[in-house]
Order: sequence, then structure tokens, then C-alpha cells
Amino acid sequence: MVFEAFFANALLAGSCIAIASGLLGWFVVLRGQVFAGDALSHVAFTGALAAAAVGLGLRAGLFAATVLVALVIAALGARSRADDVSIGIVFVWVLGLGVFFLDRFNSSGGGSSATIAARTLFGSLFGLTAGEARLAALIAAGTALALLAVGRPLLFTSIDAPLAAASGAPVRALGFAFLILLGIVAAEATQAVGALLLLGLLAAPAGAAHRLTANPYRGMALAAGIALLAMWGGLALSYWVAALAPGAAVILVAAGIYALTMVV
Amino acid sequence: MNAHFTLDLAADVRELLAYPFMVNALQAAGIAAVMAAVTGWFMVLRRETFAGHTLSMMSFPGAAAAALAGLPLAAGYFAFCAGGALVVAGTGVAGTGSRPASGRGAEAQRAAAIGTVGAGALAIGFVLLSVYGGVLENLESLLFGSIFGVTRGEVLTLAIVAVCTLACLAVLGRPLLFASVDGMLAGASGVPVGAVSTAFLVLLGLAVAATAQITGILLVFALLVAPAAIARELTPRIALGLTLSVVFGLTVAWLGLALSYFTNYSAGFFTTSAAVALFALARAARRLGVVR
Repeated sequence: MVFEAFFANALLAGSCIAIASGLLGWFVVLRGQVFAGDALSHVAFTGALAAAAVGLGLRAGLFAATVLVALVIAALGARSRADDVSIGIVFVWVLGLGVFFLDRFNSSGGGSSATIAARTLFGSLFGLTAGEARLAALIAAGTALALLAVGRPLLFTSIDAPLAAASGAPVRALGFAFLILLGIVAAEATQAVGALLLLGLLAAPAGAAHRLTANPYRGMALAAGIALLAMWGGLALSYWVAALAPGAAVILVAAGIYALTMVV
Repeated sequence: MNAHFTLDLAADVRELLAYPFMVNALQAAGIAAVMAAVTGWFMVLRRETFAGHTLSMMSFPGAAAAALAGLPLAAGYFAFCAGGALVVAGTGVAGTGSRPASGRGAEAQRAAAIGTVGAGALAIGFVLLSVYGGVLENLESLLFGSIFGVTRGEVLTLAIVAVCTLACLAVLGRPLLFASVDGMLAGASGVPVGAVSTAFLVLLGLAVAATAQITGILLVFALLVAPAAIARELTPRIALGLTLSVVFGLTVAWLGLALSYFTNYSAGFFTTSAAVALFALARAARRLGVVR
């Protein structure tokens, strides 16, 4: 092994999460659901705190919460696209519940809530065990494959929903499926870059790709590639600069790449 | 603290007002609620909810940078939120380059840019915080506020900011409304739409910065979006909508504080729950055709 074990774990999990986030992010930007993605990333925070408050595993809480809220957002937008006010209201309540669970957790005296909060908000990529890293990689790879499997019809419904519906594409079902996949990736990426920074991994590489090309397949590949580049760059940076947490470093690199595409 | 909730509501209110810290909290929450409700109403009208949320996130690197530089936290909040507003306003202008300036594609592009700005700012905040060295125990109060620790001075600062923001909004009100409802027509009749939009975002940033110091970064959004959303469900009219927004804002803010006083849970939970419940009622009323 060339790398130390913790770095190899981070690299494995991080790479798979980056590719999945890049691919999903491309659709998120295309479908105009950046705000929904933002809401889901905050849901991850509440989910983790809820799991901590009732003594469940973080992972279970994360996945349960993000997929559940993804379904709620999909249902709100079932008739039309969910408007940003509805998402905002869901968002507000999710944050309120997060505070509630933080209180519960504090009063139950189950350890330092600040640690859990910081870990959930900003991720802990270097803290993954080999087993966790493999699981994260598997889930991320599975999500990316599932997305590619529905890629063509999803692309069609994202670009022209009425036409897609008229030609028999299951627009609603695809909308639900996409948000569920997004929920899964949100939960997964929270463990890598944290709930607050997750949006950067979804929006920045995809936004850059959309700026650079209008071709869907090139765009998707570019988004995944930029996300991967940001992940590797960020990991390397935080490995050399101890003060830099990996999650923050990854997002800074991603935002930097996005800023470059604004200049070009 | 021996807080007892009784069925005698007048006695409950007397008990709430018996402590100076509680009076400060109620005043601060009230001022913040009014300011947030008015700016939030315009924000919802202009569909800039996401931008508003991103601006509230700017408080985090602001606070961290101020702590690092040894400045008062308020300075960091205001500087970063106003600066962030200019950057967010810039994303609207940048869209006019090689890409289409209007339509859904441009809007999605802009959302991606705003999201990137927000996440980048948070990452910078986190880096600054770790350079500053382990103040993570303050993270919770930074994110969720410490409303019961508000001082007289902070109430005064908040009041001054609120008066200035509301006065600017009153001056800006007519062209802002025009530009928000029909930007093309407003532009054609000589309203400087771009400047008005930027000015509004800066005002929004100032309001958010002032509110975030009281309610915490994550919950500004509750006072900003919920009362306005409830009011917009109930009426499309301007004066009535703004009034309702303020009334709902004060209701949920004070209700949250009172419930928090009589229980062991944070005000944020009760405020958001009350807001969501009211929104659900308002939407149901609208669907059933009771209002609008």
C-alpha cells in the first residue's frame, strides 16, 4: 500500500462519492433543483442528530431522513415542480427539528453534542474505517449506476416534461426516483464532506460542466470528472496542510474550479 | 428558574416579563421578526428564497473571520452578508455572458452559482474556525443562536439596523415592486432594474446579518421565509400581505420564546413548528377556496 490506511479509505470512499455527486449534480442543475438539493443536505444534519438522540446509528438516521424528505419534496412537486417556497417551508421545519433533537441529545447527556454536530456538519472523511469506506463506495457506485440506467428517459423528462409525458415516459415516477437517488447520495456525501458543504459537491462541478458544454453526455462526464478532481485535490491539500479539514478543502477546490469557468 | 405554565394566561405573561433577560429576548425577537417579515415578503415575491438562505450562511465565515481578526462578531456578520449579497447579485449579471440571460436554463445556472458561493463561504468559515483554534463549543450558539443571552446593547443595535433597513425598503418599495412583478416592463419604463435588485439583496444581507446574531444562522431562514409564505398564501395584496407577514412573524417568534421558557426546548423548534403549522393551515384554506 502506497498510502497510509486512513488516506486510502478516504480516497476510495471520496472518489466514488465524488463521481456519484457529480453525475447527480448535473441533473440537479439541469432540473433546477439546486434548492431541493440544499434542503436535503440540511435534512442530513437533522437525521444524524435524530439518530444520535434516540441512540441509533448515524448512518441509519441519515438515510431514513434524507430519503423520507426526498419523498416529501417529490410529493409536493408532484403536480408541478415544487416551488421554492414549499421547499423553504420544509427546510425551515427540518432545521427546527434539528434544534429539537440537539436539545434531546443534550438533556440525555449522551456525550458532546458539539462533536456530533461538527462531524455531521463538516464531515469526517479521514475518520472512515476500511469497512465504512467500502460500504460508502458500494452505495455511491450503485447510485451512479442506477442513475445511468434511467439516464436517457430522465434526460428527456428533464428537458421537456410535457413532450416526454405525451410520448409515454413516466415523468412522475422518474421525478420520484431521481429525488430518492439524490437523498441517498446526500446521506452518503454527508459522511464525506458534511451536511453544510454537500451542496458544493452537487452544485459546483455540475455548474462548471453546464457552463462549459451543452452536450449532455460530455456534460455528465465533465461534472463527474471535475468532482473527482476536486475530491483528489482537496484530499491532497488537507493531507499536507493539517489545519485544512478534508471536507472544506474539497469544497474550496470545487468552488475554485467553478470560479475558473466563470473567467474562461 | 421556576417556570410554571398555568391556565391563567395573564399571569403567564407577567411571569415572562418578570426577568430582564426575557424582556431583552422578546424585544430582540420582535424587532428581528418585523424586519425579517418585511424583507422576507419581498424575497418570496421575487423568488429569491435560495439567495436569502445563502446570505444567511454568509454569517458563518463572517463570525469566524471577525473572531480571528479580533473584531466584534457583528462587524464580521455585516461585512460578509453585505459582501455576499454583492457576489450573489453578480451571479445574475454573469449569466448574461455566453449563456442565455433569461429562461429556465439561466435560472438553473444562477442557482448553481449561488449554491457554489454558499458552500464555498461555509468552507472558508470552517477553515478560519480551525485556524482560530477549537471554538467548536461555540458552534452550536453560532448556528442556533443564544436568544436568552441578548444584551441591551444588542437590542439597540438591532433596532437601529431594523429602522435603517425598513426605511431603505420604504424608499425602494415602489420601483422594487415594479421590478419584481414585471422586470421587462419596469426596465422599459426606466426603472434601473439591475441596481434595484442589487440594492435589495444588500438590504436582505443586512437584515439577515442582524437577525442571525439573535436567532442563529440556521434559523434566520425561519423568520425570513415562513411568515411571508403564509401571508402570500392568504392574499396577493401588497399592504395587507406585508401586514399579515409582520403579524405572523411576531406571533411565531414570541410564541416560540414563550413555549421555550416554559419547557426545556429551544425557541427555534417551537417557532419553526408554529410557522409550518400556520403555513399548512393557510395553504389548506387557499385550496378549499376560503381565502384569495
